Amino acid sequence: MKIDLTDTNASEVSAAMVRARRAVGSPAMGMVLTLVVVTDEATYYDAMKAASAISSEHPARVLGVIRRSARGSSELNAQVRIGNNSSGEAVLLRLNGEVTRHAESVVLPLLLPDSPVVVWWPGAAPQNPAEDPLGALGQRRLTDAAAAARNKAGALHRVARNYAAGDSDFAWTRLTAWRALLAAALDQVEVNIIDGLVAAERGNPSAELLGAWLEDRLGVPVERKLSHGPGITEARLTTDRGTISITRRNGTSGVFSIPGEVDRPVALKRRSLPELLSEDLRRLDEDDVYAATIRHLLDRAKPPGRRTPAKKGTKKTAPKKVTPKKAT
Amino acid sequence: MTSTRHNPLRDPQDRRLPLIAGPCSLVIFGVTGDLARKKLIPAVYDLANRGLLPPGFSLIGFARRDWEDQDFADIVYESARAHARTPFREEVWDQLAAGMRFVPGSFDDDQAFEQLARTISELDVARGTGGNHAFYLSIPPTFFPDVVDQLRKHGLAEAAGAWRRVVIEKPFGHDLHSAKELNAIVSEVFLRESVFRIDHYLGKETVQNILAFRFANGMFEPIWNSHYVDHVQITMAEDIGIGGRAGYYDGIGAARDVIQNHLLQLLALVAMEEPVSFNAYSLRIEKQKILANAHPPERLDLHTARGQYAAGWAGGEKVGGYLQEQDIASSSTTETYAAIRLDIETRRWAGVPFYLRTGKRLGRRVTEVAVVFKRAPHQPFSKTATEELGENALVMRIQPDEGVTLRFGAKVPGTAMEIRDVNMDFAYGGAFVESSPEAYERLILDVLLGDPPLFPQHEEVELAWEILDPIMKFWAGHGKPESYPSGGWGPASADEMLARDGRVWRRP
Repeated sequence: MKIDLTDTNASEVSAAMVRARRAVGSPAMGMVLTLVVVTDEATYYDAMKAASAISSEHPARVLGVIRRSARGSSELNAQVRIGNNSSGEAVLLRLNGEVTRHAESVVLPLLLPDSPVVVWWPGAAPQNPAEDPLGALGQRRLTDAAAAARNKAGALHRVARNYAAGDSDFAWTRLTAWRALLAAALDQVEVNIIDGLVAAERGNPSAELLGAWLEDRLGVPVERKLSHGPGITEARLTTDRGTISITRRNGTSGVFSIPGEVDRPVALKRRSLPELLSEDLRRLDEDDVYAATIRHLLDRAKPPGRRTPAKKGTKKTAPKKVTPKKAT
Repeated sequence: MTSTRHNPLRDPQDRRLPLIAGPCSLVIFGVTGDLARKKLIPAVYDLANRGLLPPGFSLIGFARRDWEDQDFADIVYESARAHARTPFREEVWDQLAAGMRFVPGSFDDDQAFEQLARTISELDVARGTGGNHAFYLSIPPTFFPDVVDQLRKHGLAEAAGAWRRVVIEKPFGHDLHSAKELNAIVSEVFLRESVFRIDHYLGKETVQNILAFRFANGMFEPIWNSHYVDHVQITMAEDIGIGGRAGYYDGIGAARDVIQNHLLQLLALVAMEEPVSFNAYSLRIEKQKILANAHPPERLDLHTARGQYAAGWAGGEKVGGYLQEQDIASSSTTETYAAIRLDIETRRWAGVPFYLRTGKRLGRRVTEVAVVFKRAPHQPFSKTATEELGENALVMRIQPDEGVTLRFGAKVPGTAMEIRDVNMDFAYGGAFVESSPEAYERLILDVLLGDPPLFPQHEEVELAWEILDPIMKFWAGHGKPESYPSGGWGPASADEMLARDGRVWRRP
């Protein structure tokens, strides 16, 4: 069911949503959150598609906000979509003219009562997501530094500098499989870690984060190396007993090697947008480990004299002693 | 998994990181069976696809087939392709295929078990499985003693500095006596905490949600007792017949097949007191308290019912009766429908009957728990206004169409005051079910992680038999089950059984 509204306002959109829901027989939706997708004409299609793909796991009211030219007379056009193989509702809001500067006034009345709000910028993110008028509506704000047209590393540093509880970046989400394998490696062997290395293609923000995470957690220096990609191609830890490494040359599968064991193939696919979004929506509170990692990332970027002293519990002196897990 | 060691890359706050099972392998006995091909292998593939299996994870098949590793890999490939819920990806397959081995042989074949032992130690070297192996007995329980004994004999049941686990499927015996025997055989060889009894119902998200629903919320627990609850109905209905399972089903019947495990576990979860924590031990003692205090009424003739499906039309198809099924003797008295009443003698539940029913060839496939509440003590409305008002009910739909329904009265729009029942629905989302892990996925991962909360131990199994044994004995001494037409909601005696208590079955 689709309803198009031209030159409209939030209360008419609200009424259209109720109408559309009635028309499909008032199905129980059990929507758990409102997902605000801040996008533009060029990228809205893929973003809205990803948002409705995850509606099966996270039934949501998806509000797509497209800001068009701020010039000309103020106009709001909307399209309400309910059903169509997704278990939530979707509204596409096109803003023209002066209202583009007041998008939050359109979105606020359309939020689900009492449920969490997630704001997602699939493309360029604002300077300060938490203080952006739309970002301020959400308790989770998702950005994607890798989507920046140029200077992706700069984009990451910018969201990191303006970090507020509830922010996270897809550059971090993309790392979960790598981090899980590295953690599994340390579950399996008893080693003292001496240093590390992360190799990736130029300007890969995830590699920056992976390096920062390893440094922060292990308290050892982690070198960054450029490679031809795609994405991250290697994460390596040098230890007193040999090398722990995960290498991935083709973007789909990698090789896992730890001291004293034969190398093993591991599936390590670069994940799609809906998969990333779905992982991020599973947790709606602050990601403390991400916060610690970007804190470390920013710290590293400062000249040596101005770094904040290591905090208790987050940084430890190298090398670290790791004893193996007892089999139960 | 207890570990005193601190892995610096792990942090309890880091909830994105999945817990990957440590190095290990899974050995499946009876790998050519239906369960293995349709559930276990797809679940293993899905786990691999979600990145939850350790690098080097190995899968070993054991069956009486003249196969090479490659033939086995082909079978696994086919069943993963056909039945896995996550998309098929070659790179995941390659990772899994590298660790696949097949050992041909029968369960009394010493050579085969020697070869299994060799295969396992080879894998420890070649794939780094670290001596940790789980044995999944996907075979008829009559073979359990043979296999368990062989495992012991060939030194497979224990290893220094590593774990060995055994996984067994229901039925855990056919009465209290045989359950104890079975437990004696298994526990002689494996440690208590190394025995994992799979009741796949407990792996379902919706079953675990019963605990979340009851104990994470403040608004339901205050009315979850005999002051407000009139009775509870737990239903597991199947629309199919016994299919090709005559050999397994005949002589076992609905009560042993379903009530003893699934329905009594559901009953325990619905009725138990709040556990002090969500760990295996606390959950188990609370469940055991309920099972130990649940009894059928004395007059079994009045408060139980059983039936056997007869020929009829089910869902637009003409179907034969139970006695016409292949390999079923025309004199069989096996019940395909069973309904029982249980009373729980605790302060919370005194006077609240729990009605359990299960059957084959019923109206539709559904599993649900319905908590039916007492009527309001006083109605300020006229009798005509509330004529159509039923009892309030809270229904937890376990499968399919997973969710929760709350049934209550609402005013019918119009000038007259007329109150009728309406439903308020929470659905787990249309396709949510697809993206939520299969029960077997969850349970296999728990076995590999050594995480036991969802597995019943032998005390629970034995308590459940203690409840059921007197009923089975009574039925055995009282002739044949009543026949009921296929495609309906069971025998008339089941309706009479509730009518005696002044109640009716919900149409699920």
